Amino acid sequence: MKKALSRLGVNPESVRRAAIAMYEAEINAVIHGHGGVAIVSIFPDSVKIEIVDHGPGIPDVEQAMQEGYSTAPDSAREMGFGAGMGLSNIKKHSDSMKIDTKVGEGTKVTMYIKF
Amino acid sequence: MRYIQVGKLHSVALNRELCVGCTNCIKGCPTQAIRVRDGKAVIDETRCIDCGECIRICPHHAKGAVTDPFPDLSAPHKDHPTAVLIPPSLYAQFGPPATRGMILKSMYSLGFDYVYEVALGAAVSSARTRELLQEKRELVKTLPPEEASQVFPLISSACPVVVRLIQMKYKALIPHLVPLDSPMEITARYAREDISNITGLPPENIVICFLAPCPSKRSVTLNPQGQKKSDVNYVIALNEVYPLILNMLEKSLQVSREELQASSKVSLAESCGVQWGASGGEASTLGTEKYMAVDGIHNVISIFEEIENENLTDIEFIEPSCCFGGCIGGPLTVSNPFTARARMRGFVRAAKEEQDSKPDLFMKPGVMNPLLWEVPLSENNAMRLDENIEAALGKYDQMEQILATLPGLDCGACGAPTCAALAEDIVQGNALETDCIIKLKEHIRKVAREINILDL
Repeated sequence: MKKALSRLGVNPESVRRAAIAMYEAEINAVIHGHGGVAIVSIFPDSVKIEIVDHGPGIPDVEQAMQEGYSTAPDSAREMGFGAGMGLSNIKKHSDSMKIDTKVGEGTKVTMYIKF
Repeated sequence: MRYIQVGKLHSVALNRELCVGCTNCIKGCPTQAIRVRDGKAVIDETRCIDCGECIRICPHHAKGAVTDPFPDLSAPHKDHPTAVLIPPSLYAQFGPPATRGMILKSMYSLGFDYVYEVALGAAVSSARTRELLQEKRELVKTLPPEEASQVFPLISSACPVVVRLIQMKYKALIPHLVPLDSPMEITARYAREDISNITGLPPENIVICFLAPCPSKRSVTLNPQGQKKSDVNYVIALNEVYPLILNMLEKSLQVSREELQASSKVSLAESCGVQWGASGGEASTLGTEKYMAVDGIHNVISIFEEIENENLTDIEFIEPSCCFGGCIGGPLTVSNPFTARARMRGFVRAAKEEQDSKPDLFMKPGVMNPLLWEVPLSENNAMRLDENIEAALGKYDQMEQILATLPGLDCGACGAPTCAALAEDIVQGNALETDCIIKLKEHIRKVAREINILDL
């Protein structure tokens, strides 16, 4: 996605924000959601990134959004992930963000980054 | 046999007669700037960053570097005193018993009026970069975490190829570059002023030559980075001067060391400047252990991806060099980089010992000034599919559709390095689908079948 956005001439700062937001969401999907699918839609003025997983879902979204809150397993923490900054980082780097989640079914994180 | 420079601002050059249209160069070019068209390599001058990979790779010597010829120093040039700037990488081309003093002395024997070590400018740049690092550390303390994470690492701007790569493909890293003129330019500016003061001649009369280990050093004098105009007048290929120096060294080996040093008209550079010639030489002078020295243009690219993803914020300084081994591995050097690296250690050690025993011979701090970039670094938009984002999106869509129909072999037989690059060339109107030999074969088979059916 990063490569595509730069080839399209999107400004480097927006590319950077989109790449970081997407990276964080992907890591979340891998650590908590047993992997997932990324759908990227590019418009002339923005990019929409959707990361969909079929993991355990998030019981309390508000709590999960807090910086430092994490339920990552030790195996993920050992690799330097799971600092509880993922969702808050996505929020910081995107212009809008939405979480659709159902316990036991999975989570969809949708984020928009304006150019 | 003629090498023709790619555009006006590059040093990398093509020789059409020697080119056989093989795919070696298109595969090795880090910016995919080369295509084979009508059986000959063509370089896109907007995408060429003068790294010299094609010069190294081409088995037919069809790529070269256009540099300036060695000046005629036998003619009287009293009104135009000529100075030569010696990069640290030059020393490492020679083995014992050659010493730095002897190599410098040989330059006078070749007819140059003044000799300056670029290591002088390098030592000055090291000192200023140490201050910049400290300033950044202070800055980080005052910023909120999300902004603080964008301050480090600082990236060395000493390699012109690296700077061009950032201008084109890693624009987000422009603020990370050390905004100082290169050691070559710092030394050139100083030499011009110094000689003007000594002779009383106007600065513009002074002729400054540089012995270059790589073509990009010439390109950067034609198309400066962070400066309006380069202070270097002529860039001479190091491998062209090498035999002349070797000849002089053999002649003057009988001369005593003291005699050689006494004849030196300028101060010597400290060891911290000399060591810049090899990869890691710059970074290890900065008083931080949080540094990375990355050599080889393809390795540099992978590290830049990491920085852009903010995965290297715990690193304070990155020293990227286009060439393996650093400048000692430049395409215009003679020794292989491993030999050169081993010799470099000897020159650095000797410099350290001399500094301790004869400090008067060395340049004092503050004599030479580091120079901040006077113009901001521009962005190069050569990788953009279209100026208009909607048109670019349309082209991107088309590219993906075409790519899906291509075989994905990345064989290069069409003249583009990959199937994706061919898809892009087709969309931009620079190639046809039938340039792909697999697609062409399919077409021919189809046509043949149709003819057969008609025959029946």
